[in-house]
Amino acid sequence: MREKRLILLGFLVSYAALGAGALFGMLQVLERVPGVELVSSKTYYTALTAHGVLMALVFTTFFIMSLATYVVLRELGMGQTFSPGMSTLAYALVTLGTLMAALPILTGRASVLYTFYPPMKASPLFYIGATVLVVGTWVFGANLLLTVRQWRRSGNSGVKLPLGVFGVVSTLIIWYIATIGVAAEMLLQLIPWSLGLVDRVDPLLARNLFWYFGHPLVYFWLLPAYIVWYTVLPRMLGVRVFSDFLARVVFVLFILFSTPVGYHHQFMDPGISTEWKFLHTITTFAVFLPSMITAFTVTATMEMGARLRGGRGLLGWIRALPWGDPAFSAIALAMVFFAFGGAGGAVNAGNNLNYVVHNTAWVPGHLHLTVGSAVALTFMGVSYLLLPALTGRRLHSRRMAQVQVALWGAGMLLFSGAMHILGVLGSPRRTYDVTFGGHPATQGWTPLLVAAAAGGVLLLLSVLLFLYNVGRTLRGAPEAGEEQEAREQVRQRPAGAPGLVDNLGLFTAIALLLVLVAYTLPTLDILSLGSPGAPPVPMD
Amino acid sequence: MNRYERAWLIFAVLMVAAFLGIIAYFNFAAGLKPPHDVEVIDPLRVSQDPRFSQPRVEEVEPGKRYNIYMVARMWSYYPREIQVPRGAEVRFYITSPDVQHGFQVVGTNVQANVIPGYVTVIDTRFEQPGEYLIVCNEYCGRGHHFMRAKLRVTEGY
Repeated sequence: MREKRLILLGFLVSYAALGAGALFGMLQVLERVPGVELVSSKTYYTALTAHGVLMALVFTTFFIMSLATYVVLRELGMGQTFSPGMSTLAYALVTLGTLMAALPILTGRASVLYTFYPPMKASPLFYIGATVLVVGTWVFGANLLLTVRQWRRSGNSGVKLPLGVFGVVSTLIIWYIATIGVAAEMLLQLIPWSLGLVDRVDPLLARNLFWYFGHPLVYFWLLPAYIVWYTVLPRMLGVRVFSDFLARVVFVLFILFSTPVGYHHQFMDPGISTEWKFLHTITTFAVFLPSMITAFTVTATMEMGARLRGGRGLLGWIRALPWGDPAFSAIALAMVFFAFGGAGGAVNAGNNLNYVVHNTAWVPGHLHLTVGSAVALTFMGVSYLLLPALTGRRLHSRRMAQVQVALWGAGMLLFSGAMHILGVLGSPRRTYDVTFGGHPATQGWTPLLVAAAAGGVLLLLSVLLFLYNVGRTLRGAPEAGEEQEAREQVRQRPAGAPGLVDNLGLFTAIALLLVLVAYTLPTLDILSLGSPGAPPVPMD
Repeated sequence: MNRYERAWLIFAVLMVAAFLGIIAYFNFAAGLKPPHDVEVIDPLRVSQDPRFSQPRVEEVEPGKRYNIYMVARMWSYYPREIQVPRGAEVRFYITSPDVQHGFQVVGTNVQANVIPGYVTVIDTRFEQPGEYLIVCNEYCGRGHHFMRAKLRVTEGY
């Protein structure tokens, strides 16, 4: 693969973001323990912004770019993408955007958190940097789509896309639709306003555009994990995915329902009518279905693999799974966490239950099960396969990798469990100190805050072990002979003729239609209210 | 499609339908709707609005109905302490002259976002007497953790 170095570099940048993000994360959970004062509130919110941006935007974006490029090249059997120059440009733009945004964040001139709700105002460099990052991902996506087209034109016009590539293309379609929202927010509102070219912006319109982007952003993170579950996991077990057709249905459902759901983040906002909020409740629950299908398909796939390995009994087969393989145990644990994340998500999506959990510690508790475990743990697990495959070096220590996965599991159970309970008790998220002058209502929170902090420490240890293992692997001697890709010997189902489900153009059109239905009228409603908007309040 | 797969899909669809049915019932029949008021206000003229120039508890019908006019700003609520009798119909009108804030009465399901340029309206009643903590749950700058108020629900009027 011509772009092997670039792919590897992308992974390494993502790991660096993961390490720095985990450090900031641990700082936060320790600081929140009553009586502990490590940093000022100003530093705390700087660290909170850095944690969110590094984990949610930098770690994920770099990892996904490299994973997607790798999947496309391998599954299509191509030596390089359509244009390695475009690849390089994409990585360069994403890096440039990251650095531009990092500068004001780390110097405390952009403590606006990764949701950057106006009229809190960051340095213009923060908004411009984030925009450059997104433009970089557009270049990356265009290059991969052109790569797929090139493959189609070289004698593959009548066959369906391999499942992994189908997943990548679906992810990109969601990303292009989603980023329209954040691009509009940046270009029409925040950049001119932060530069002083316009006096006011409407914060509700900004929230509307942000969450148009912000929820499908979640699927931009999640779908690559699904691609791993649907394509890498079966290969590890020596089987084919239980149902290739339903796997494709899952990706199509995500294309359809990822975006018209944003108001479930805005149930508590004024200015949006009950009816529109209820419509988004329905679409949000529709997006629950592909995850339910996935739960079935991956469990059935694992059972097939386990029975092939001699597993018996109604549930006894579970023991026959390759638990000693850290890549497998990481991915399996990621899926278990995701099941709980899905259940919690149903609470968030219910517009009456949302009254209890909105903006409480429940929400980061939920986010750390979904992105923080289902996605992050899958990415770490698959790294244990990808790094040896890319570098021809043996993983430094499987044992250490096993401990890493176990630490993540224990740490996340403590952290996320405590945060969920804190949320139900009414403890707010994103707050430096939650003692509120020692009010009696907060007294039951202390043991839970301590548990969350203990979980945070274990999670940091897990990340450090991961980074150490990666570092030692890269410095190891290359294995003699072929690259370690033995585990990928099982080919996927032979490609048949494309069916209706493979008509991604059609589903993209329907998705756009759904977006128009879900957003046009309520957005016009907001504009017609004619709120005069708010002038900037600098956060520095 | 495999028959177990089909059974699971039917289960999933029915579950989602049941969830939506319950939510729809509470939303449309039992009146537990999310906030949806659409009044706009100039954030720079909040102090010129008669409701918010003097944030206060207004007794509309003694013991029965109360309007509470509240300003959420960096980093306090005005008024800082409010009192209503148990069981009374309470309507909050809240707005912000600066950045976005949250409004949450800890231990209840009373909460909403406060967005500059808009007036947030919450209808509720408090059935349990006692002293409640009100906190800002939307990050609003480095003093965000100072932002709180007290709500006292008295036994009777």
